[in-house]
Amino acid sequence: MATQNTKTLARLMMAPSVLLLLVWMVVPLAMTLWFSFQNYNLLDPSNVGFAGTFNYEFFYTDPAFFQSIWNTLVLVLGVLFITVTGGIAIGLLLDQPMFGQGIVRILVISPFFVMPPVAALVWKNMIMHPGYGVFADIARFFGLQPIDWFAQYPLFSIIIIVAWQWLPFATLILLTALQSLDSEQKEAAEMDGANFFNRFIYLVMPHLARSITVVVLIQTIFLLGVYAEILVTTNGGPGYASTNIAFLIYRTALLGYDVGGASAGGIIAVILANIVAFFLMRAVGKNLDR
Amino acid sequence: MARSVTTRQKVIATIAAWTVGLIIFFPILYTIITSFKTEPEAIAGFSLIPSGTFENYITVQTQRDYIKPFMNSVVLSVGSTILALIIAVPGAWAMAFSPTKRTKDILMWMLSTKMMPAVAVLVPIYLMFRDFGLLDSRIGLTIMLTLINLPIVIWMLYTYFREIPGEILEASRMDGAGLWQEIVYVLTPMAVPGIASTMLLNIILAWNESFWSIRLTTVEAAPLTAFIASFSSPQGLFWAKLSAASTMAIAPILILGWFSQKQLVRGLTFGAVK
Repeated sequence: MATQNTKTLARLMMAPSVLLLLVWMVVPLAMTLWFSFQNYNLLDPSNVGFAGTFNYEFFYTDPAFFQSIWNTLVLVLGVLFITVTGGIAIGLLLDQPMFGQGIVRILVISPFFVMPPVAALVWKNMIMHPGYGVFADIARFFGLQPIDWFAQYPLFSIIIIVAWQWLPFATLILLTALQSLDSEQKEAAEMDGANFFNRFIYLVMPHLARSITVVVLIQTIFLLGVYAEILVTTNGGPGYASTNIAFLIYRTALLGYDVGGASAGGIIAVILANIVAFFLMRAVGKNLDR
Repeated sequence: MARSVTTRQKVIATIAAWTVGLIIFFPILYTIITSFKTEPEAIAGFSLIPSGTFENYITVQTQRDYIKPFMNSVVLSVGSTILALIIAVPGAWAMAFSPTKRTKDILMWMLSTKMMPAVAVLVPIYLMFRDFGLLDSRIGLTIMLTLINLPIVIWMLYTYFREIPGEILEASRMDGAGLWQEIVYVLTPMAVPGIASTMLLNIILAWNESFWSIRLTTVEAAPLTAFIASFSSPQGLFWAKLSAASTMAIAPILILGWFSQKQLVRGLTFGAVK
């Protein structure tokens, strides 16, 4: 019964969202692309003009660039590994009958609601501090030398903090998926003599596959942009040891005032994110057809 | 029929799950405990029993004016959420009830805008904000938060609206309901829970947003994320005060979050997992 009238009305209702998002996507991105081919340093207003691919070469030949790409990869993959394996394990555990399940669930998902600066500062000062942190207390209790986490293992320390923040997300989604597994199937498998390991490989994992894909892809989108956790803990250091691509662009832009260079980095970040986005869109899009 | 579970299995699962839960929750618990310690106590080694002072909470307010960033966080997260809902509700409604061939493409495209890395547009946004005088203003950051969360809001609303059966509209029309009655008595009651869930999740996301809120503000419009980040360069004893500020910054959203577990799964997976 879709008349011409209702169609027009529907278009009008959608117009504000569509137009806003269109402007939001096109204008800044076009500006970034434009700046990336310009000589533009906020400290040197005289040197303005077309730069060709200079900014890209500058970014590309900077040793910090490859290190930051590498750090980004290690950070994303490290956090994904911890959260997905941890999420499956904790999800399986919470799926068992127990006393106080609701409360345990609340305890487990809580870190997700902690804002990144709080999470990072609490871990930095109260847990991982080489003098007063809880880890140092534990080390001394066992007669060991406390570890100076952010000086010795800066990237690993950040991975731990970010993984702590995202573990609840993975757990919650995988638990939701586990709970939708048909219990009759589980019983049938048990009756047929499948042990826990076989049930896990042949029944649970195939059921979880799609949820794991969703967790991996969505987390990757957010993990590519980890920023506040680095800012308040290591500030990217020592050297560039914990600088990811997002942090390097921030450094170039707002600390180095190099608009052109930072924009070239921004375009590179867009390309990286697009590769991930391509796969995410396909996974989510398939779901829409159901 | 449920599987038979022995009490022993249940007790083992209970112990294991509570241990894991408490370990994961520990940093938050320890922060709350430390906020009730004195500064010398806070660095005196591991202890779960504070002396119970409220001094840190008072100091954070008197020395650092805690209320100001707190109010900024409230205004920014609620304001941007309401703004996003006003823009998104009609759009999601239209897509759910009068879908066309292109609806799916439009939805996917909207989702793709969420995937643009924030740093990629940091430079132009920063320069535009500077030129329009929007740096460190509540209005500027509200616009920013509205835009970055708009795709999620539209998606969530869409998945909720799509579950409202279209037949119910026809039925009410057959019973002689006018358009106005249809909206007030039939559609609104069915749409409100979805809108409320969307609102809740979006307030949480906006409250915790830590890239634009830190970069685009300094003092006047700085929300709690920027306020807490300013604690990263410590001066003197500050463990207990940091804990008090942190506890106050996360408490409201932690409690909201506990009530929104289900919506969280749905909202953050764009309806892919329910």
